[in-house]
Amino acid sequence: MKISEKDVLDTAELARLEFDGETLAKLTGELEDILARINDLAELDTENVEPTSHVLDLSIPMRKDEVNQSITTEQALRNAPGKEDGFFAVPKVIESPE
Amino acid sequence: MSLPRTVKEASELIRKREVSPVELAELFLERIGAVDEKINSYITVWEEESLEAARAAEKRISAGDYLGPLHGVPMALKDIFTTKDTRTTCGSRMLRDFVSPYDSTVARKLRESGAVILGKNNMDEFAMGSSNETSWFGPVKNPWNTLRVPGGSSGGSAAATAANLCVASVGTDTGGSVRQPCSLCGVVGMKPTYGRVSRFGMIAFASSLDQAGPIAKTVEDAAIILSRIEGRDPLDSTSVNAPRRDYAGGLREDLKGIRVGVPKEYFVSGMDPEVSESVRRAVEELESLGAGIVEISLPHTRYAVSTYYIIAPSEASSNLARYDGVRYTYRCEEPESLRDMFFRSRSEGFGEEVKRRIMLGTYALSAGYYDAYYLKAQKVRTLIMRDFEDAWEKVDVIASATSPETAFGIGEKTADPVKMYLSDVLTIPCNIAGLPGISVPCGLSSENLPIGLQIMGRPFAEQTVLNVAHAYERQTVWHEKRPPLSRAPD
Repeated sequence: MKISEKDVLDTAELARLEFDGETLAKLTGELEDILARINDLAELDTENVEPTSHVLDLSIPMRKDEVNQSITTEQALRNAPGKEDGFFAVPKVIESPE
Repeated sequence: MSLPRTVKEASELIRKREVSPVELAELFLERIGAVDEKINSYITVWEEESLEAARAAEKRISAGDYLGPLHGVPMALKDIFTTKDTRTTCGSRMLRDFVSPYDSTVARKLRESGAVILGKNNMDEFAMGSSNETSWFGPVKNPWNTLRVPGGSSGGSAAATAANLCVASVGTDTGGSVRQPCSLCGVVGMKPTYGRVSRFGMIAFASSLDQAGPIAKTVEDAAIILSRIEGRDPLDSTSVNAPRRDYAGGLREDLKGIRVGVPKEYFVSGMDPEVSESVRRAVEELESLGAGIVEISLPHTRYAVSTYYIIAPSEASSNLARYDGVRYTYRCEEPESLRDMFFRSRSEGFGEEVKRRIMLGTYALSAGYYDAYYLKAQKVRTLIMRDFEDAWEKVDVIASATSPETAFGIGEKTADPVKMYLSDVLTIPCNIAGLPGISVPCGLSSENLPIGLQIMGRPFAEQTVLNVAHAYERQTVWHEKRPPLSRAPD
């Protein structure tokens, strides 16, 4: 399976990652090697095989809808690199109209 | 005094009042201070917290309130388990200053068992690696030969346990991350059945595969620790309400009536002949203990690595989306916009291997490729599970090598990700099928490097797996071998 630098750039956009030119070329080669290796799965006939997403045969356990002690706002914000008035603070999202 | 090496030795000394938990913690801290610069097995050493826990243990034991075999015993934790009010880095720059508001269930249960935690072990970044070279805090070195890797991703836990910088540790295993480093460092490591141990507070890598497990110097110690950390947890809906056991109390030394399967596919091409020879001898040993040996076939084994390297990165790409520069400590300098903050924080905060896997997973899940990769891998997962279900008709456990090779050189495989990924070829199937597996020392190579025997069992058959490993261990001397570094003066 061929993978182009454009494919890698499109994927990086989805993953919110950026790579400079040299790294991009290296990464493209590595991903191509990895995909070439994992393409051996195509040999297998899986037409009538059910996919497994999870090994355990579990049903979703239900609990009573009760108010429990949770972490405080202060605890939740403890690791935030930006915070203001009890909220996470990020760079401005909405630009004022030109 | 010479430091105790096992939970059993340490707890006996404590119970007989020959050493106090505080003295023991001090001795281990001193040894870490003297030796760890050679192997880099800790990211954070809890100089104060451990002594505080040791004083509490001492007080409680003196008052006659003995909590059992971990009470006062110096242990460590892989730095993937969150610990309240102390930092948990997961080996990443992204989380280098992260301080959790709560304990992981594993950490909580160890504390409740009275264990004295000495610190947090180094690891591959976000548990992604087979050599412990991807840690932002620098590589861990193998105590048997410091030019070699300890394996990964729980390499810090395995190396610290082997070098006796802790009596035992707890690691995590997504594709072999407990068993493979234990094989390379000559200690015992177990991955329990998926669902046996709560994943709450264990920083997620691949949620359908991740499982915590003990790292120790004997099978009995691993059994003691597993009994303390397992169990249903309301905070992890995939943890299972299986009957709890005193695994150590249930250990047997003979193997009469046990059928051991030896899969021919696990003697892979390119395997180190010294490793395959040691495993063959180990199988003969099991036979001499009364086990029946059955050659079996697990025909889809060769597809396990490919299946894993689609499923695990796919789940990782989703799990690691949360590291966006908003909540978890790392944010790039002066972001120009929200978009700039996302891209730069993630690109700077994650290391090369983590980014490679996020890219692979994002690609496998993206429109147009989902069916060919992710869905296909989930179907092959079913085929691999069926191989095991067929095998359990004929045998009770399966024996193989843990790793196809002994510890390789630092830097030897970093340029070739595919070669690195193949290090886990024998451990991955266990995770894909959710089975319990253990690695126990079974030899030393001509270069004086440890070799590991892997025993796998049916879901929730931890007791049988432990029995086979224990019986083998009692019959052999490999678990008594110490790395040269372990004999280094205190």
